[in-house]
Amino acid sequence: MSEGLIDLTWWKLAIGAALVVALAVVTHLGRLGLSRDLLIAATRMVIQLAIIGFVLETLFAVAALHWVALMAIVMLLLAGREVMSRQKRRMTGGWAFAIGTGSMFISAFAVTIFALAVVIGPAPWYTPQYAIPLLGMLLGNTMTGVALGMDRLTDSTWRQRQVIEGRLMLGQTWSQAIGDLRRDAMRSGMIPIINGMAAAGVVSLPGMMTGQILAGSPPALAVKYQVLVFLLIAVGTGFGTAAAVMAASRRLFDERQRLRLDRIGAQGTQG
Amino acid sequence: MACHTEAGGDGLAAAQDTAASTPAPRRNRLVLGGISVGPLHDVSLEIEPGEIVCISGESGSGKTRLLRAIADLEPHRGEAAIGADRRAAVAAHCWRGWVMLVPAESSWWGDTVLEHFLDPVPGSLAAFGLDEEALDWEISRLSSGEKQRLAVLRALSHEPRALLLDEPTANLDPDLARAVEAWLRDYARRECMPVLWVAHDRGQIERVADRHFAIRGERLEEHPCRRD
Repeated sequence: MSEGLIDLTWWKLAIGAALVVALAVVTHLGRLGLSRDLLIAATRMVIQLAIIGFVLETLFAVAALHWVALMAIVMLLLAGREVMSRQKRRMTGGWAFAIGTGSMFISAFAVTIFALAVVIGPAPWYTPQYAIPLLGMLLGNTMTGVALGMDRLTDSTWRQRQVIEGRLMLGQTWSQAIGDLRRDAMRSGMIPIINGMAAAGVVSLPGMMTGQILAGSPPALAVKYQVLVFLLIAVGTGFGTAAAVMAASRRLFDERQRLRLDRIGAQGTQG
Repeated sequence: MACHTEAGGDGLAAAQDTAASTPAPRRNRLVLGGISVGPLHDVSLEIEPGEIVCISGESGSGKTRLLRAIADLEPHRGEAAIGADRRAAVAAHCWRGWVMLVPAESSWWGDTVLEHFLDPVPGSLAAFGLDEEALDWEISRLSSGEKQRLAVLRALSHEPRALLLDEPTANLDPDLARAVEAWLRDYARRECMPVLWVAHDRGQIERVADRHFAIRGERLEEHPCRRD
């Protein structure tokens, strides 16, 4: 498959870097005020990818289950941290991290293992060349869904406290009182993947498929993989967001079904 | 709502039959035991069926928080019961459906008034100076006075056993306020419903209260009422 692959030498990367530097110079001269961020982000990207490249090379060479599992857990924890940092008003007491990480664990992990064991079936099932990229794509997308869903839920609960309590006062259960907000939160978590699927191949060529084609894979096979990945991502994001939104909305009420906004930390300006 | 299966209907009637055949109105006596919330400490009060108890106090004295605590909307110490039902023994949403709080500022989430209502009490719309078509009105077009009156009627349409009113006539002009007072007064008597009514207008308290308490520091202080 890799016969047609053109090797990228280091000096070719240097040309790409030079282009970014040129862009930074232009934005600096034009006082557009982005050059610093741009250069920092580009440098970070190069370093991070270089490290992950090294880690993957080592991991592929060893290919032992416990190393793959360790890598997966590190990825999960980093994703959990990212979910937490994307909350405008995060739940206090470590719940933002716990709910985010927990729901990604039961969705992204489960779907990845299912796909490896049942659908793709490499031998052994944890072969890192398949397991790690697949998990990465699932975690990345699930993370977006979970973060958006939780952020929307806590933020709108904060803003609509009066409505929620007004419904409680009329004798509604906590679940009825927050039902509308929960639906909105679920929706905002799922919109990116739904839009992504709708636009796939028409507006945008998905990155993974493009990469596979560049790597010399026949387009038909690349398309099949991409379809599989899209479906898995939709399932993973859906379950992950649903779990996170359900757990978070439950946590917003106590055992007497009182709305407990003190469980959301006030961050930034008051709503 | 799940309340009927959990605590309403037969189960409740059976429980009360065993409780030495209490006369029907006693079922709805509202009892507060040692409630502490915000500045208030150890508030105990019994409101008989059909009785209106007014509470007054300066802003920040904890009137609203007391009502919220009774409706179990915020953490606090103390207990409450309506008739034979202890609050701790029933699901929170059932309790709030029985002991219903009407806040000073009502909230509305649907597009029309009707979505928030069960069947309104017959004749109540007219008594509150509202058209019969008021139920079809859009929420976004309601004035604050209309919202306030409709909020009380909305609460009554859910058939509570007791009512907690937080300044229910604050946005109404005096004539309308009097009409609403008088109707609520009759309604509470007729339905044997205990009412805890937060008010600050002395005239209103004179007109509606069977008993009147003013908040002094952390306690309630009973003031004499003209009527018994």
